[in-house]
Amino acid sequence: MPAIEPELQALKDNLLDMLSMVKNQMAKCKEAIHKHDDSIAKEVIEDEKKVNIQELAIDRDCESILALYTPVATDLRFVLATLKIANDLERIGDNAKSLAKFIANNVHKIPKHWLAEFNIESMLEILISMLKDMGEALRKEDTKLALKTTKKDDELNEYNKKSFKVTAELIKNHPDDSKTLLTLFSLTRNLERAGDLTKNIAEEIVFHIDAKVVKHKKDQK
Amino acid sequence: MKHIEAKNVNVYYGDNHVLKDISLSIKENTVTAFIGPSGCGKSTFLRTLNRMNDYIDGFKKKGKIFIDGKDIYDKKVRVEELRRKVGMVFQKPNPFPKTIFENVAYGLKIHGIKDKKGIEETVEKSLKQSALWGEVKDKLHKPALSLSGGQQQRLCIARTLAVKPSIILMDEPASALDPISTAKIEELISELKEKYTIVIVTHNMQQAARVSDRTAFFYLGDMVEYGKTSEVFTNPQNKQTENYITGRFG
Repeated sequence: MPAIEPELQALKDNLLDMLSMVKNQMAKCKEAIHKHDDSIAKEVIEDEKKVNIQELAIDRDCESILALYTPVATDLRFVLATLKIANDLERIGDNAKSLAKFIANNVHKIPKHWLAEFNIESMLEILISMLKDMGEALRKEDTKLALKTTKKDDELNEYNKKSFKVTAELIKNHPDDSKTLLTLFSLTRNLERAGDLTKNIAEEIVFHIDAKVVKHKKDQK
Repeated sequence: MKHIEAKNVNVYYGDNHVLKDISLSIKENTVTAFIGPSGCGKSTFLRTLNRMNDYIDGFKKKGKIFIDGKDIYDKKVRVEELRRKVGMVFQKPNPFPKTIFENVAYGLKIHGIKDKKGIEETVEKSLKQSALWGEVKDKLHKPALSLSGGQQQRLCIARTLAVKPSIILMDEPASALDPISTAKIEELISELKEKYTIVIVTHNMQQAARVSDRTAFFYLGDMVEYGKTSEVFTNPQNKQTENYITGRFG
């Protein structure tokens, strides 16, 4: 077994842990909304620190593998993909934190049906499922699963589009709450963005396993 | 333009089939690296390019090798002339036990060149081309063996350049050198590429990746993969190549 093998395995384990942490942040956001429990939302805010620390550890490990083992081919692609995936996950974690902050501050103040009208729980459900699939795809090196999952991003885009109309109507009926409603609108946008970042993760998994660059397809021509 | 072309080359040492149906072409002014585990045939193939295997017991070759369109195994080819055109640098620096100047001038003298001024000019030019001139210009008549290993190797490159080859074969030219000397040889390879076609055998994967334009991977006498170095080291097409370059076998 080459010396790089255990290093790559440890890196993969750390990446899967980070993915799991971010997925749990999304799951806790959903639970906090469902149970109207601001304490769960506060946990998500705290968890963000752990995600950041994990990203730093992964960056350091990648740097060390590149410097000490000069990986090539599939090994090199894995290290490069890991750097990008960790960065994407950190940003998804940031989005979860923003949502958690809103929930912690507003869950008892705003009417219950608002969150439902913005489809926040449904969006979280999709994101959790996408992140779960990414973990599975990475673990089993299953590029088909990774690519199939990216289609779920379309549903998030749809919810995001709808939220524009929802926001406009709610502001018309509740002009005094426009600031809160605009924040909700931007949080929907954040979740849609988290979907894009998850799609990026799928593309990095394909790059690592099949050496194919699937992003920016139109620009590649 | 194709500088070297091998067509269905098979080499045998007695009953041992060491190169199996190798076909490849190498363009002018490029660096091509041959990689593969020990005993894969890469050095044998390199040596067929200037007929260094001719006198090995049991050596037998089938297929054709063309340099500048001419079959180098044709009966009319003079081997000394071929080796002047296709120079070789070996793994261990092998200067003659003579002065620095005499080492570089040696090839010229055995080719019958007597013009003293012309020889001096060629020695200086060759030493400059091999990036050694600055270090030895004040001690040209000192023994070559007093130089460091890295300097000796650059002296051997100067000796090869002095007879004006068009192709330089290098058989692990930096494997016995320290990192600084290795870097100098690699830098030199990049500079020499402008005027010469270079074929290098190396066990150092990173060296192959750094210095070559194309890489051929040999395994058990077969040429498993041959392609652009940038592609072989990022996305090899063959699983065996990938396993070798990532250190999973060999």
